[in-house]
Amino acid sequence: MKELMKGNEAIAEAAIRGGCRAFFGYPITPQNEIPEYMSVRMPAVGGCFIQAESEISAINMVYGAAATGVRTMTSSSSPGISLKQEGISYLCGAELPCVIVNMVRGGPGLGGIQPAQSDYFQTVKGGGHGDYKMLVYGPATVQEAVDLMYNAFDKADKYRLPVTILGDGMLGQIMEAVEMPEMKDLTKIPKKNWATDGTGVGENRRIINSLYIDPDVLESVNHRLFATYEMLKKDEILFEEYKLEDAEIIIVAYGTVARISKSAVEILRQRGIKAGLIRPITLFPFPSTVISTAAHKECVKCFLTVELSMGQMIEDVKLAVNGKKTTAFFGRVGGNVMLPEHIAEAAEQEVKKNGSCI
Amino acid sequence: MAVVFKKSNMLTDVPFHYCPGCSHGIAHRLVAEALEEISAEGNVIGIAPVGCAVFAYNYFNCDMQQVAHGRAPAAATGAKRTHPEKIVFAYQGDGDLASIGTAEIIHAAARGENITVIFINNAIYGMTGGQMAPTTLIGQKSTTSQAGRNVALNGNPIRVCEMLATLDGPVYLERVALCDPQSVMKAKKATRKAFENQKSGKGFSLVEMLSTCPTNWGMTAVDSAAFVKNEMTKIFPLGVFKDI
Amino acid sequence: MASITINTAQCKGCALCISACPKNIIAIGTESNRGGYFSAEVVQPSSCIGCARCAIMCPDCCITVMK
Repeated sequence: MKELMKGNEAIAEAAIRGGCRAFFGYPITPQNEIPEYMSVRMPAVGGCFIQAESEISAINMVYGAAATGVRTMTSSSSPGISLKQEGISYLCGAELPCVIVNMVRGGPGLGGIQPAQSDYFQTVKGGGHGDYKMLVYGPATVQEAVDLMYNAFDKADKYRLPVTILGDGMLGQIMEAVEMPEMKDLTKIPKKNWATDGTGVGENRRIINSLYIDPDVLESVNHRLFATYEMLKKDEILFEEYKLEDAEIIIVAYGTVARISKSAVEILRQRGIKAGLIRPITLFPFPSTVISTAAHKECVKCFLTVELSMGQMIEDVKLAVNGKKTTAFFGRVGGNVMLPEHIAEAAEQEVKKNGSCI
Repeated sequence: MAVVFKKSNMLTDVPFHYCPGCSHGIAHRLVAEALEEISAEGNVIGIAPVGCAVFAYNYFNCDMQQVAHGRAPAAATGAKRTHPEKIVFAYQGDGDLASIGTAEIIHAAARGENITVIFINNAIYGMTGGQMAPTTLIGQKSTTSQAGRNVALNGNPIRVCEMLATLDGPVYLERVALCDPQSVMKAKKATRKAFENQKSGKGFSLVEMLSTCPTNWGMTAVDSAAFVKNEMTKIFPLGVFKDI
Repeated sequence: MASITINTAQCKGCALCISACPKNIIAIGTESNRGGYFSAEVVQPSSCIGCARCAIMCPDCCITVMK
């Protein structure tokens, strides 16, 4: 049964239904409704809610709870996520499952509070120290955010790493009709023998740690983490293809910008320009193959990456296209959000530059 | 003849890596004995800091988490709030607790988290080779206050127990010393009380232990103990600062 | 009667036990252990009163006290 829900609140409810029983947050626009919602809902389901003294403290509360095996999460927005980077690196180093929500806002610095996608590098490439990755989702709709969040804790537990839901101010603030999944049965969640739940003594004592003074041991830990990331690449890549069959120009966009781009595809097609869209849903692992496959197609002339940033995902698109075709960029920043018409114009110019198939 | 004193089985067999005469070892023993006496075995989550005690996860015979510098009180909160029936303790040094982790300890105390914090105050950064700490005494030399800590340049030492005593959250705050048998026995009573408080659900307890750092103070272990007794207690008076 | 045993393998020769002992029955030995420390040794076992002050001060839990 569909309900009209605000993005932030829907995501919070989906986390609870996905088994989250410990939330640690801090106020920052545009994600405030998540801690606000959790402050009421979490106690109601017998979970733990704390508004921490800082985002740094919150991510370390997540560390403490996750290390005991509890399904736990935090949410914030860009500046707060920057404060959490060290904690995130520790979570990855100690192989601890959790979920992090980032409702991205304009940056750098205090920036703005309107939507942006300028945390792509920080999230996908890793904003903390050391080699590590997270499973990163870029939902485009509130329903998709709910569905991804609902299963995010299962993924986090399966691969023992943080999962990030990379939204933006728009996704958090808009209201959409949402079908909320059933409450997961916590008793069916597999036991975590590695967790420091307090029962360990002697031989079966557990240690959650990311310190390895011996370089050989730390090197092996790094390789073990990257083996996990290879499994993500093999099994977890998600993307959407839209009207690629005869596309001569392919727009690559994720999140809410992909919805605007879809409208641009329709405008272009009405003007006789065969446009298509590739929408990454997982930002790590990045769907490179679908892009490189399209790049090999005869009629595809160029790729236009559209982001709410000065150009970040474009680099991964370029890597995937690998010089086969031209790659262009169109973006708005500061919290401005482009209209479909703007994207269509940018695409038309690219087509003119590259000569169309017609 | 019966054994009247032996190593606690809440300590593993791993020998301590601490320097000769470093009172971290004494503090570890007190924590282990207190845990044993409240029969917490198999019911404990320990949080290790960053600092000399970062390797504490090798020494305490219980589940251990090693946590980012200064964040032990936050991790302890996350663990305790989700496992209220477990005994959770955070073991921290003065750099960890009173410098980078000041916000965490103040807010864990203000929230009155039902955890036990063991705070080792040896007035210096040990692991990193002897830099000035928030509790370094005025005039005390360190590698970053080589002419001696100077108020104009380096500010004044922080008295954690007194500071936290202004908060309503804590139920028990005591400063003890580990400089001679009498003071260690008093420290043992305080540690035991701090863990009893947690077990009975009373709330936030912290024991500040004035400790030695022979290597970085450039003194023998015996002289270091004397330094704690004669000099540090002048700036960091021993005693109970809260007990409700 | 009372006595102590010192785990000389793990002792680091910090001498805190020596300064704590009211009967001065402990002294630093002449052999270095695997750690390269000259460990403490009981030199007057008969005078031990089992007060455990040495063990209380030992930072490495090397001393066991019998009584």
